[in-house]
Amino acid sequence: MQMPKPDEATIARRSDLVAAFRDFLPDAHVIVDEATLKAFESDGLTAYRQPPMIAVLPETTEEVSRILKLCRDWGVKVVPRGSGTSLSGGALPLADGVLLGLGKFNRVLEIDYDNRTATVQPGVTNLAITQAVEGEGFYYAPDPSSQIACSIGGNVAENSGGVHCLKYGLTTNNILGIEMVTIDGEILRIGGKHLDAEGYDLLGIMTGSEGLLGVVTEVTVRILRKPETVRALLVGFPTVEQGGDCVGRIIGAGIIPAGMEMMDRPAIHAAEAFCHAGYPLDVESILIIELDGPEAEVDHLTEVVSGICTACGAVSVRVSETEAERMNFWAGRKAAFPAVGRISPDYYCMDGTIPRRQLPLVLKRMSEMSEKYGLGVANVFHAGDGNLHPLILYDANAPGELERAEEFGSDILRLCVEVGGVLTGEHGVGVEKRDLMPEMFTEVDLNQQQRLKCAFDPDGLLNPGKVFPTLHRCAELGRMHIHRGQMPFPDLPRF
Amino acid sequence: MSGQDFKPGSEEHLAEVLAHAIAAEQPLELIGRGSKRGFGRAMQTAGLLDLSGFSGIRMYEPDELVMSAGPATPLAEIEAALAAENQELAFEPPHMGHLQANAVTDGSIGGVFACNLAGPRRFRAGSARDHLLGFRGVSGRGEIFKSGGRVVKNVTGYDLCKLMCGSFGTLAAMTEVTFKVLPRAEKIWTVLAFGLSAEQAVQAMADAAGSPHDVSGLCHLPTEVAARSAVDFISGAGASVTAIRLEGPAPSVTHRATALKTMLAAVEGARPQGIEELHTHRSITFWREVRDVSPLLDGETVAGNPLWRLSVTPTDGARTMTGILDQVPGRGLMDWAGGQLWLALEPGAEDGGVDCIRSTMDGGHATLIRGAADLRARIPVFQPQPAPLAALTKRIKDGFDPRGVLNPGRMVEGV
Ligand SMILES: Cc1cc2nc3c(=O)[nH]c(=O)nc-3n(C[C@H](O)[C@H](O)[C@H](O)COP(=O)(O)OP(=O)(O)OC[C@H]3O[C@@H](n4cnc5c(N)ncnc54)[C@H](O)[C@@H]3O)c2cc1C
Repeated sequence: MQMPKPDEATIARRSDLVAAFRDFLPDAHVIVDEATLKAFESDGLTAYRQPPMIAVLPETTEEVSRILKLCRDWGVKVVPRGSGTSLSGGALPLADGVLLGLGKFNRVLEIDYDNRTATVQPGVTNLAITQAVEGEGFYYAPDPSSQIACSIGGNVAENSGGVHCLKYGLTTNNILGIEMVTIDGEILRIGGKHLDAEGYDLLGIMTGSEGLLGVVTEVTVRILRKPETVRALLVGFPTVEQGGDCVGRIIGAGIIPAGMEMMDRPAIHAAEAFCHAGYPLDVESILIIELDGPEAEVDHLTEVVSGICTACGAVSVRVSETEAERMNFWAGRKAAFPAVGRISPDYYCMDGTIPRRQLPLVLKRMSEMSEKYGLGVANVFHAGDGNLHPLILYDANAPGELERAEEFGSDILRLCVEVGGVLTGEHGVGVEKRDLMPEMFTEVDLNQQQRLKCAFDPDGLLNPGKVFPTLHRCAELGRMHIHRGQMPFPDLPRF
Repeated sequence: MSGQDFKPGSEEHLAEVLAHAIAAEQPLELIGRGSKRGFGRAMQTAGLLDLSGFSGIRMYEPDELVMSAGPATPLAEIEAALAAENQELAFEPPHMGHLQANAVTDGSIGGVFACNLAGPRRFRAGSARDHLLGFRGVSGRGEIFKSGGRVVKNVTGYDLCKLMCGSFGTLAAMTEVTFKVLPRAEKIWTVLAFGLSAEQAVQAMADAAGSPHDVSGLCHLPTEVAARSAVDFISGAGASVTAIRLEGPAPSVTHRATALKTMLAAVEGARPQGIEELHTHRSITFWREVRDVSPLLDGETVAGNPLWRLSVTPTDGARTMTGILDQVPGRGLMDWAGGQLWLALEPGAEDGGVDCIRSTMDGGHATLIRGAADLRARIPVFQPQPAPLAALTKRIKDGFDPRGVLNPGRMVEGV
């Protein structure tokens, strides 16, 4: 993975830049010592490391604005960072760049139950939003597994999902407004407590923009009333195909469960060994199906869904009787990553999405690849919406294994695209999938996306080296090749 | 201005047409089925770009909850295909053909996305923008491009689907849209509370929305608007009607209806004059009316009668609506728990009520959905943006359509 070549002239001006920052930021919020900078050298994708040139930790929107304006004036690159849990290297620093940490933006600003909104600063963790409103019986729906650590600003930048997004949507469907700062230092407010945009949907564009378009300094989210009853089913199947088929049949019956997760045999065994959730070990796949709503509805759907599972050949169907049991069903799934971490020195988490019905084919091809690369793979899967998380098992200390794992991962993602899916369902492109973008997009597609980037950041100073495999200058992208002359299709129907 | 009209039959033809329009500096008005030609600013375009050639359902996989279609496919055709599988567009797009003076046709699916339209379920299920998964199209650079895909979970690159929704054909001419579809509810009931004031209704709707009863429609019709409903229970009420929709499996809906009625009866200081419920058949008719704002229009099709749609903070809905209607004569209804206001104003006001509306609002936005062409040429049809946002909008437009050949000026001048 090549990052943009560090600019020596910028690095040479480091101490001037530090002095300029310290003009308006407390000394302690401008970090220059190597030991502290090292703490920022990577995010959740630890295979890539690079300490930043300088890290700044602003506390106010005004400070963010001044930082960005200064960087723009000096032509210095900026990498925004929330909690640093990105799994695609989105917050990977640059040797000649400023890391802009939003950790000090950690306040809940306003909760409005009548309008069902919470307005928070971007460094507030995903879980802290729910904690702030649960006393009144509310919650914030998107729940990435990293929710105790990841920030809402990072969620917006990555358009994060979670196990409940099948029914409740991703981040983009659950936010109403933001305040953001452009690279020019301009402070913009988009949306608010009302719905939809008065013009282009800039909120929609900012969500999932991976820190390339602007820095989010405030977020207004939609909060929901907690359902009366929540119940989970733990269902075991003799084959992976039957589990996959069952998912389609439940949805085909007009039921959208709150969550529907699948694990294959290696993942089940790893999870069971790690946290003794009581998963059946004699099956090839399990489904965890969560139903929520009024008790009458959950009772009714439990019956219908159990029936469908049995008809699909399930060998075990357990329905949670208590909240503790439900949490236990989830414990194994939620701990799947660390559990796999125990059976293998290292693992590499992939994130492709496929049309659900392609699951059997994809799993079969994946096990062939596993053999080819000589590396194990365990699968956890947001089955309801086709989002795969294959975990490739490898040992970084064994020569060549990391490279093999990466190649294996790339092959999986190519396969996802081949069967009609996409490279990333929720973790983002970052640096990790950057060079695979041409698998999904033509050069014209990618150039059009970069023109959007140009509208926000014409000098390409915000998080460069992420998302786009080739960086073009905006002037070059803006050029038009005009074909003058005759109407080329004289036979075109006109009226 | 005179110019040529075009009706391309393929994506390649469309790209050629646009390349020609760019070279000839000939701006074009894009139409799918023409049901929303009166929506947006009046334009000065030299020719028409008729996209009706891009019609028909191309892929529909009910168990994958996804459909793909040519943008000019009639909305009615899409809805019929979905209904056959007991599915629907969860965002309930309004049918707007009847708002046109000459009620040309009903709309197309592409128009629904281009205008980002959604009905009463919006506050819970999202808008058109939350359902578009992917599209293909030709930009104002004459280049064929695509974005998104056919799966719901997708963060590969910028979400240009969001940008296309609500861009009113100013960025690209779409040739295919792929969108999410959802199962229809088994049962649809509506709990009605009669005689609440607008303020009381907003509080009752906020309470219902914040309850665990999972409501999917929250609207309030003042007495004179309720009287125009096609549903007897509502038109005969002789009072204002606050309606709360419940959808889902039968046992769940009946349970929740009981719970909601108890809750409404206890609304403090706002004792409704009565509480009733509508069952599935009447509920469907009623929410369709609300979706298409027909009770407000009273069958009239006078294009000179301005129709406004406001999106505001829900708890500010009653104050805003009453405040405006106290100053300009007209009728209104509240949807989305007070977050969406529809106002049909009496003709006469020189500025179509725009000043009064936008100065009474505290945040949010107001859009003129229907109005005479000269009015649409005179006043900002869309809510004006602060200068930095307006400048950003212009730069985005320039990245997609630098020569301004696609619906120039439809939203704002210069875009
Ligand atoms: C164990 C584990 C489990 C996970 N599970 C899930 C899961 O279930 N679902 C899921 O979707 N993801 C998951 N993730 C990925 C990750 O947690 C999410 O992508 C999360 O949203 C990142 O948030 P963060 O605050 O850590 O952002 P960071 O990692 O700090 O940054 C991520 C990106 O956002 C940008 N950014 C951060 N803050 C801002 C801001 N305020 N303004 C502009 N740009 C900003 C950065 O530049 C970077 O590009 C998981 C990660 C781990 C480690």
